[in-house]
Amino acid sequence: MDVIFEYRMSLLAGTLLTIELALGSLMLSVLLGLLGAWAKLSKSRAMQKVAGGYTTLIRGVPDLVMMLVLFYGGQQLINDLGEATGQWDYLEISAFTAGVGTIGFIFGAYMTETFRGAVLAVPRGQIEAAIAYGMSNWQVFSRILWPQMVRYALPSFTNNWLVLIKSTALVSVIGLQDLVYNANVAGRSVRQPFTFMIAVLIVYLILTAISDSGLRWLDRRYSAGVRRA
Amino acid sequence: MATHDTPAETPIGDWLVLVSENYSPLDFMLVADHFEKFLWGVTITLELTFLSLVLGGVLCIPLAIARAYKHPWFNAPIWIFTYCFRGTPLLVQTYMIYYGLAQFDFIRESALWDPILSKAWWCALIAFTLNTTAYTTEFLRGAIETTPFGEVEAAKASGMSNWTMMRRIVLPSSFRRALPAYSNEVIFMLHGSVIASTITLQDILGVGRWLNGRYYLAYEGFITAMILYMILVFAITRGFNLWERHWLGHLRPRTETLELKPKMSMLGR
Repeated sequence: MDVIFEYRMSLLAGTLLTIELALGSLMLSVLLGLLGAWAKLSKSRAMQKVAGGYTTLIRGVPDLVMMLVLFYGGQQLINDLGEATGQWDYLEISAFTAGVGTIGFIFGAYMTETFRGAVLAVPRGQIEAAIAYGMSNWQVFSRILWPQMVRYALPSFTNNWLVLIKSTALVSVIGLQDLVYNANVAGRSVRQPFTFMIAVLIVYLILTAISDSGLRWLDRRYSAGVRRA
Repeated sequence: MATHDTPAETPIGDWLVLVSENYSPLDFMLVADHFEKFLWGVTITLELTFLSLVLGGVLCIPLAIARAYKHPWFNAPIWIFTYCFRGTPLLVQTYMIYYGLAQFDFIRESALWDPILSKAWWCALIAFTLNTTAYTTEFLRGAIETTPFGEVEAAKASGMSNWTMMRRIVLPSSFRRALPAYSNEVIFMLHGSVIASTITLQDILGVGRWLNGRYYLAYEGFITAMILYMILVFAITRGFNLWERHWLGHLRPRTETLELKPKMSMLGR
């Protein structure tokens, strides 16, 4: 236990990075999820195809593979494009950007399904009524759709978030100094990898426990008007 | 550009090599040269995925029964096991077993060390099995708990013993209800198996990383790995769809057999 205390600053820094990464990718994934759901529900065939291809691609490719493709391949692609068009010189994607980008991109697909289901769960008549009142698209979304969607989306959203936190561990493979990376380095240098991995497991369990109670609060808030049997 | 071990003999082969090396953004001939290695990667990936699923599937049955019927001794420890394994990343669990266990002298000196616990393949299998057992136990428990009471009542009325009822009524009916969730778990496990490449194993991603590292490439290895994984996922999804149709056929909404489409000419303009 002493060794853990000795390395507490490094572990704490790693934990903070893990949290930042998780929150950053969550925001990106919600954005992509809303866009994806909008595309899937839109009337345009092309949009439906694009969104469908996106979710199929993500379901077919493991997260780590996607991360390596985007981190190494994306880096190369940007520079190849820059060279070909002469618009920009060598650009470097940081590991953090690649991590947030990939995890956000992956979970955006899961969020797409979540939000799509939630939009479909809102009774059609309410939207028709809102349109009949002369509300603009944005008003329909912010006043009718969103408040109810959140309630329907929350269980699946919670699940996505819990999986997302765990996925952040993979960024240690592309060299980002998150909790797992720091603990791994520390564990090797003092020859106590097991102790450090147990510490990591405990931190993850605490993170999931905290988000569980936070999301339960949200659930209560958004289902305020619902009678539960 | 990279040199090839097998020079292409036919003109079309020459042309392919030329295009691949000079014009295509991906050097696909390089991938083709090492394709055998990728196929070995596929076998390692499938081996790890399916062995851990089979072992996990066997282990989860008694655990799920103990959880569903709230066994006084085993319920709490099993819950702690599933909670910890479901709440933490598979990567960390794998590291813990592969790198972590070496910390303890008594494990290094035990008879299991040499043949099993010092080998990356076995460590990956153990980690994956424990992980999938934890997930499967929980959703099988859910399926057992939601067995319609009428089925249990009928079994009791027919004079079945607890064991017979479990074997003939509760488990088959729960397996059916758990099947859709299980197909997700299989895909999840296939996705998770890429973690084997982080502990030196040459699975599909491992070979891709090796290829990129050896020839200092950015795309080829990863993109090949990506395509191979996609093929596997779609094959598995398709297989499960057929299986679901077979097992859950009686629950599907009936499809119309009569096509009642009015012809346009009948409507009359």
